[in-house]
Amino acid sequence: MSFDLFMQYLTNGISLGSLYALIAIGYTMVYGILRLINFAHGEIFMMSLYFAFYGIAIFSLPWYMTFLVAVLVTAALGMLVERAAYKPLRHSPRITIMVSAIGASFFLQNLAVVIFGGRPKAFPTVPMFTKVIRIGNISLQALTLYIPVATIILLIGLHFLIQKTKTGLGMRAVSKDHDTARLMGVNVNKTITVTFAIGSILAAFGGIMWGMKFPQIVPTMGLIPGLKCFIAAVVGGIGNISGAVLGGFILGVGEIMLIAFLPGLTGYRDAFAFVLLIVILLVKPTGLLGEKTAEKV
Amino acid sequence: MNPKKRNMMLNLAAILVLILFLVYANRNLGSYNIRVLNLCAIYAILGMSLNLINGITGLFSLGHAGFMAVGAYATALLTMPPAVKEQNFFLEPIVPILANITLPFPVAITIGGFFAAFVAFIIGAPVLRLRGDYLAIATLGFSEIIRIVITNTQSITNGALGLKSIPGTTNLWWSYGIALLTLYLMFAIVNSSYGKAFKSIREDEIAAESMGISLFKHKVLAFVIGAFFAGVGGGLLASLQGAINPLMFRFILTFNVVLVVVLGGMGSMTGSVISAFIVTSGLETLRVLDEAINIGPIQMAGIPGLRMVVFSTMLMIVVIFFQRGLMGTNELSWNRLFQFFEKRFSKKGVSSK
Repeated sequence: MSFDLFMQYLTNGISLGSLYALIAIGYTMVYGILRLINFAHGEIFMMSLYFAFYGIAIFSLPWYMTFLVAVLVTAALGMLVERAAYKPLRHSPRITIMVSAIGASFFLQNLAVVIFGGRPKAFPTVPMFTKVIRIGNISLQALTLYIPVATIILLIGLHFLIQKTKTGLGMRAVSKDHDTARLMGVNVNKTITVTFAIGSILAAFGGIMWGMKFPQIVPTMGLIPGLKCFIAAVVGGIGNISGAVLGGFILGVGEIMLIAFLPGLTGYRDAFAFVLLIVILLVKPTGLLGEKTAEKV
Repeated sequence: MNPKKRNMMLNLAAILVLILFLVYANRNLGSYNIRVLNLCAIYAILGMSLNLINGITGLFSLGHAGFMAVGAYATALLTMPPAVKEQNFFLEPIVPILANITLPFPVAITIGGFFAAFVAFIIGAPVLRLRGDYLAIATLGFSEIIRIVITNTQSITNGALGLKSIPGTTNLWWSYGIALLTLYLMFAIVNSSYGKAFKSIREDEIAAESMGISLFKHKVLAFVIGAFFAGVGGGLLASLQGAINPLMFRFILTFNVVLVVVLGGMGSMTGSVISAFIVTSGLETLRVLDEAINIGPIQMAGIPGLRMVVFSTMLMIVVIFFQRGLMGTNELSWNRLFQFFEKRFSKKGVSSK
């Protein structure tokens, strides 16, 4: 394989990895705070694509307006899902919450079929992002370079939010211990809602960029990216934001490289994530950057 | 009459009523209704098998669709006559070992079950070291891997094309016979020393281990037994539907079974059976929503997908308001039934005085 070709695969892998990382953060933040796999996160990602699609195709808003509106509406959807499906079950057994989460996920998926129709739709292209640029012998969509940059900006923003603001402090406190956080004056319910909003905003950014990179949207498209990003979060160590980013990049680059070096295994592309997951769980059950927790008797 | 003898008689009477009902159903109901009844029994088998893993042993497994796929493909490939196989495998010929095998249905379905159990053993040995959510996601991962492997092994499973014209041996006698047998075996397992060990693992792993129960052995055992019945259920389903493909065995299938278990009550076998009937017939009844409605002047075009929206809404309402399911961890038994009536009537007696 020539160096140019390798670089081309690598940039593709990195931009796919960035998208995985953005969506994986939503899973890991919710898990960190609620100890809950937010199965509906993949569907929130899917909905953000439809919001953006309708903004451009029906209301013909300029793309930056559309994306902003889509991100805000997705954030509202994320908070709504939390209110309806998770809040009433805060003190229930884990499996009940998980069933409710999966129920919410199927609800959104089928709601999308009812409202938007089951046929695939073509995501509108924005020339500024989809034009092809050449660097040396490598030709790439401009988007492939913008995605990692946008991801890094979002990550810096997230880091600032969590480490430097009062809301972030509250989130860190709630993830350690709900009751203690409440005694310290943190509004636990509000913090959880904010967490869902932030996770959904990142998923929406990821979704919109995903739509431009793979411009076909269907109501069932949230499932596989959702599962993969959850795996990315687990591989990195769930509950840990840097872990989710690391896991996302490993998954994205690994997946592209698998196809690049072993074209015979293309059919097993989706299996790569699951195999990686199982290997990591067996070697280091709490993920690459996860903390080991001792069990109290 | 002592209660044991009485229960035995009542059980026999119940089975007799069931047989009479099946004879009636076979003669008088249309093929659609018979199909739904078959599906109810198959979901009851699947529900009970997942309940053994999730409800009794407390292992949160989401891998049921994978085991069903293994059982379904094994049963289909072992029962299809060579000529049908040749028709199916037009892209790539089937591997010679499988090409000429045709076994009777009960043998094939048992082999399918054992094959699923074998796969579960291989998966379970490493994965069952994990706990809680990690176990759930790892089993889900394995179930997806099984599906992807089936999609990609063209010369064994016919890949994405699936298998068609599978001999339709499943009828009410097979599905209800196997469902009854499963119910009996499940009760035998749950009430044995193994069942007590399973339950103690569910309640507290550390306490169970310090009482001398081998966690690993019992977890693998529950997982393998559950997978066996999942494989059998998958085989019945394959033979009932006549055609299978890898897309059938996606996560939603596992979810339907999880739903049966949670709705019936985690840890209650009879609860699983009851909720299998409710869920399956409910899903079929709601099918009306997807089709066009013509009631005199009122005409509505069918809205595809509405059925699942209504269904998942109902599910979430049930999960939120009845968190322990229909039966909790209790079993429906004659003793409970009599106690219930005795209480009822004695209360009435008091109030009338």
